[in-house]
Amino acid sequence: MLEIKDLRVKLEEEDKQILKGVNLTVEAGKVHAIMGPNGSGKSTLSYVLSGKDGYEVTGGSATLDGDDLLDLDPEERAALGLFLAFQYPVEIPGVGNMTFLRTAVNSQRKARGEEAMSSTEFLKEIRAKAKELKIDAEMLKRPVNVGFSGGEKKRNEILQMAMLEPRMCILDETDSGLDVDAMKLVADGVNALRNEGRGFLVITHYQRLLDHIKPDVVHIMADGRIVKSGGPELALEVENNGYADILAEVA
Amino acid sequence: MNALLKSKQEAAATRLDSASLPAAAGWSKAAREDALARVRSTGLPSRRDEYWKYTRPDALTQADATEADVFKSDEPLVFDSFDRLKVVFVDGVFSAELSDDLALEGIEIARLAEAADISWASELYGTLEAKGQSPVERPLAALNTALATDGVLIRCTKTPSKPVSLIYRRDSTTADAMLHHVVKVEAGASLTLLENGPGAARLNKCLEALVADGAEFHHVRAQGRDHARSAATHMFVELGRESVFKSFTLTVNGKLTRNECVIEFTGDDAIAHVAGAALGDGDFVHDDTVFVTHDAVNCESRQVFKKVLRNGATGVFQGKILVQPGAQKTDGYQKSQSLLLDGDSQFLAKPELEIYADDVACSHGSTSGAIDEDALFYLRARGIPEGIATDLMTLAFLAEAVEEVEDDALKGEITGRLEGWLLRHSRA
Ligand SMILES: Nc1ncnc2c1ncn2[C@@H]1O[C@H](COP(=O)(O)OP(=O)(O)O)[C@@H](O)[C@H]1O
Ligand SMILES: [Mg+2]
Repeated sequence: MLEIKDLRVKLEEEDKQILKGVNLTVEAGKVHAIMGPNGSGKSTLSYVLSGKDGYEVTGGSATLDGDDLLDLDPEERAALGLFLAFQYPVEIPGVGNMTFLRTAVNSQRKARGEEAMSSTEFLKEIRAKAKELKIDAEMLKRPVNVGFSGGEKKRNEILQMAMLEPRMCILDETDSGLDVDAMKLVADGVNALRNEGRGFLVITHYQRLLDHIKPDVVHIMADGRIVKSGGPELALEVENNGYADILAEVA
Repeated sequence: MNALLKSKQEAAATRLDSASLPAAAGWSKAAREDALARVRSTGLPSRRDEYWKYTRPDALTQADATEADVFKSDEPLVFDSFDRLKVVFVDGVFSAELSDDLALEGIEIARLAEAADISWASELYGTLEAKGQSPVERPLAALNTALATDGVLIRCTKTPSKPVSLIYRRDSTTADAMLHHVVKVEAGASLTLLENGPGAARLNKCLEALVADGAEFHHVRAQGRDHARSAATHMFVELGRESVFKSFTLTVNGKLTRNECVIEFTGDDAIAHVAGAALGDGDFVHDDTVFVTHDAVNCESRQVFKKVLRNGATGVFQGKILVQPGAQKTDGYQKSQSLLLDGDSQFLAKPELEIYADDVACSHGSTSGAIDEDALFYLRARGIPEGIATDLMTLAFLAEAVEEVEDDALKGEITGRLEGWLLRHSRA
């Protein structure tokens, strides 16, 4: 589904290479996890895949079901079914959460040539999904992420994911800063979306989340490359011994 | 005499040479003659005046209106769906044919050009304007008091069942109109006044309003669509004890618009809010100039002005809060912000506080910025196309000003107009 080949990325403004040849394939129905030290390029990878400005691709490719992602605008990638749960969700004063989400859902539908979701249908869906994530109606009325706690922001990301029903979901440290209960809610939200047609790329530092979202493959990223891949046991190894052993081993 | 003043006076003399007081001035004659004397002594605004530093007054002061194409559209006009009492002017001339019957319970409306000596109006006409000439001169307002040919006198004694709606239609490409309205909202009454339409190729409009003790005056204005026009408008508002004045202006398009608002608190515990949302594209110049004088205890003034500028548009804000000695417990707030959608547009702001009382809370903030790229990316990453995402953020930016419109239906109408403008301009 998501195929990344030898992806090389530098900062647009600076002569700084961040991704130095990333290779990664996420198949439909699978959950891949990426772990790795701070600064290794995990967020950069997620931003480049979703189309953020400020990065320059110097080599390699990234495709979603064969469509070249790197040539598309962010909104086109989203309409193709790519979703990024941000490590730091952005506050947007003045734009209501509901307006935002309804515009997003219907923009994507329009781009795909589908019929718009009616406001009644939308309300019904969002209420049900918000309830599962313990997001109260008051929060939905507020401006996007404004005044939300860290945990509320992350749950809001998952709510957006649930409403948009993307095919390929990238979660960037969605578990960071969450208490055990909130993390459970997030994991349940993700698990509810797991199905044969959908792929996940879960960026995390902690085994905790992976206890709830059982990954099929775990990758270790360091200094702009995937340096090791393996099964769920790799995450356990990181949890117990940190990255030092693994990095020493591949060095 | 200094050279600047001399040249301004000469400009005034030239302009007044070709003008004469309206023949039917009648009861307003004395006030008009006083105003004439004011204009002769101050002269007309000049580019070199501090108060006109950011906006060139030439098009407003020159002898004739610059020819301006008339804008035509099949769309319904703003406020069309509202139940209101319509008072229509065409190129600055009252049209009985297009207007409603001017009778409405709780309100007396007379046409300035026809009114017999109405004592409440003769006490007011030119009075607030004259007071508003100090400490800053406003010669275009004095010129208006002297020469205005039409307008309405509205006295509100009770709360009428619907708003009074002044509609300024423009048919001629050269009309140079001067309208002068006088409004008196008597104690305990509440009036909503709507204004819309371009008025004339060049419009000089003046509104004097006295809001008596415990009275409310709500004002919502839409200056829109007709781009080629130019306008200088003045509002002079005096507020009595526990009175309320709320004014909101929407400005979309317009080659040159200068809106001055002069507010004076004379009674304690009163509230005045003036707000504006402006959207400009291209050769758009919009200037909001506000002067609030607190001369009473425990009054609240609030200014919220937001401008969205693109393709080289210019926005200006000059706002001053003056707190006189003894005006304790004053709560003065002033905010002017612009959203620059490109590097060609500019926003010039001069916020000022002048405070002579010690127990007051005043604040002002003026910012100018581009669209938040992180927020834009966030919206786009959710599938919202760049144009729509920019519009959402633009509306969000303007929302704080629009929120100042108290009536929900009117607020909705204004928002609808903003959305319409964005739809036409950003998806083009
Ligand atoms: N926009 C940017 N400007 C400057 N440095 C950046 C930028 N984006 C990423 N970097 C740098 O690139 C490296 C990788 O960062 P990031 O992708 O955020 O890592 P991770 O998510 O794995 O912690 C870091 O050294 C970071 O400082
Ligand atoms: Mg990161």
